[in-house]
Amino acid sequence: MSVAFAEASVAGSIALDFEGVSHRYDLDDKTLEVLDNVSLAIEPGEFVALLGPSGCGKSTLLRLAAGLEAPTAGSVSEDGQPILGPNPDRILVFQDATLFPWRTVRANVAIGLEARGLICEREYRIDEVLKLVKLDGFADFYPHQLSGGMAQRAALARALVNDPKLLLLDEPFGKLDSLTRLRMQKELLDLWKSAGFTALLVTHDVEEALLLADRVIVLSDRPASIVAELRVDQPHPRRRDDAKLIALRASLLETLGISHDV
Amino acid sequence: MSAAIEETFSGTGRQSVTLPLAGIWRNGLLAAGTWLLASALTYGLPDVITWGATGPFAAVTLVGALIFLALSVTVHRLGSTGRTLVHYGPWFIVLGLWLAAWEVLTAKLGWLPKPFFSPPEGLLHVYMTDWDRLLICIAYTGRLWGLGFFSGIFVGFAGGVALGWSKRFAYWGMPLLKLIGPVPASAWIPCTFFIFPSTFHASIFLVALASGIPVAILTAAGVSQVNRSFYDVARTLGADNRFLIFKVAIPAALPNVFVGIFMGLYYSFAVLVVAEMLGAKFGLGWYLQFNTAYSAYANVYAALIIMALICAGLVRLLFVARDRLLGWQKGIL
Ligand SMILES: Nc1ncnc2c1ncn2[C@@H]1O[C@H](COP(=O)(O)OP(=O)(O)O)[C@@H](O)[C@H]1O
Ligand SMILES: [Mg+2]
Repeated sequence: MSVAFAEASVAGSIALDFEGVSHRYDLDDKTLEVLDNVSLAIEPGEFVALLGPSGCGKSTLLRLAAGLEAPTAGSVSEDGQPILGPNPDRILVFQDATLFPWRTVRANVAIGLEARGLICEREYRIDEVLKLVKLDGFADFYPHQLSGGMAQRAALARALVNDPKLLLLDEPFGKLDSLTRLRMQKELLDLWKSAGFTALLVTHDVEEALLLADRVIVLSDRPASIVAELRVDQPHPRRRDDAKLIALRASLLETLGISHDV
Repeated sequence: MSAAIEETFSGTGRQSVTLPLAGIWRNGLLAAGTWLLASALTYGLPDVITWGATGPFAAVTLVGALIFLALSVTVHRLGSTGRTLVHYGPWFIVLGLWLAAWEVLTAKLGWLPKPFFSPPEGLLHVYMTDWDRLLICIAYTGRLWGLGFFSGIFVGFAGGVALGWSKRFAYWGMPLLKLIGPVPASAWIPCTFFIFPSTFHASIFLVALASGIPVAILTAAGVSQVNRSFYDVARTLGADNRFLIFKVAIPAALPNVFVGIFMGLYYSFAVLVVAEMLGAKFGLGWYLQFNTAYSAYANVYAALIIMALICAGLVRLLFVARDRLLGWQKGIL
């Protein structure tokens, strides 16, 4: 399956830089500080995982990288160029699948190609990615006919069909059952290896971060700043029971303020 | 007992209606009975008030009774049409009773007097004697309504999308729309006379206004309520504003748009009488007024029934169109 992807893939990768990024939301009567001076440099092709308590600003960080919002202070840049708006080279897979309910799975996956006028030349990619996320039998289903996990996979397919150079994933496997989640983790890893995009994954699952990422970033409570950074050098495929990973997990949990015996 | 079974069968509407009892449609038989009753009463009892179509009405109801009689044995062979007929069986029975009672209370007993009430035979008389004028009226009204309604919903839809999409448009447009919305159509008559070159144009404007305003309001509401994250998703996938409007905002707002079109359809019919006050020579609305002025209420009722049937037919068509376009909603609603 990764072979099929490698053949068709034209994706490259980009470097992503957050430099002194702070962000706040203006509410009616007050402002909400969400990010506090976050600096993070991600190399082309690197796989970085973001861990942090819920509500600390992880999704906000991804929205800044996607160009959906501009930071209040600091700068976000790709390959040294400031990010000024959304661009299909950098695709965000949202926490909720957010499929368009009036479009079938196939038509949802086609959105990116349609929007960029590439639907004619690249239509074959739709079938490829649907096969990749094992939804090829569901191309003509409407979103309300899918399970939560299938919807999430469709959302992933909708991103992948564009061959992004930077894939921003916001807790993409959070709603999947544990077996599907394991399979999807492996598939994401295969994809990343064959397509070579840069990946920034938000997760609340410490194990997931350690299994997938080259580097794990731990964020503090809101307003989020980076409190720890951890490199994972183990070669893939990694084993859950690898002694080194278990040690890393323990130290990560400690950083997050949770004792060993949980 | 078997009627009860049949009730449940026809209620669900989808199962096959083949019954063990030789496939007789009992409600069909009963309907034949009530229609025959109406026919017999009409023919048998003397008229206290003459309306001029006693014989034809008795004949029409008799034919109705014969048709139901024939259907009561053949309906199960008619496929989906047959199932629809079976579904409305109780209605056919009651309709026969209603025709009988109506005829008796008006023409036969005279309790409901001329000219305020008309028996069914009175309406039949109108259709028989005035059919040519009614047909012309239907054609004239059809032209006025078609031009007014379609231009109204087109402009209403386009305006609604603009109002829902653009903040600046909404700033100026929404207050105007809210002011114009509740103004009764007849209040427009003086200035429409001044603005439009002919009364026909003025009439079209009134129909268009009545149908366009609910479409505009509901479309605007629909577009402005679209889930923001749909826009975010589309934008990260490379969508421009054009795509956001036509491929995100409008499809997402379409259920609302249809509610607006349904309302516009009803309003446009209600406004026809007023619109045809403006110097029209023909038209159902004109026909209603003309005959009201002469206390020819049988003609008024006859025209009202035609209008109601046309409106119901159009509503039905609109439902078909909606189900085509909004099939994706089936599992959500
Ligand atoms: N558009 C917004 N307007 C106002 N507040 C927001 C908005 N988006 C997020 N927030 C707030 O910012 C904080 C961080 O949100 P988010 O980035 O979604 O956190 P996380 O993804 O880490 O759970 C939360 O307190 C949330 O309520
Ligand atoms: Mg989040």
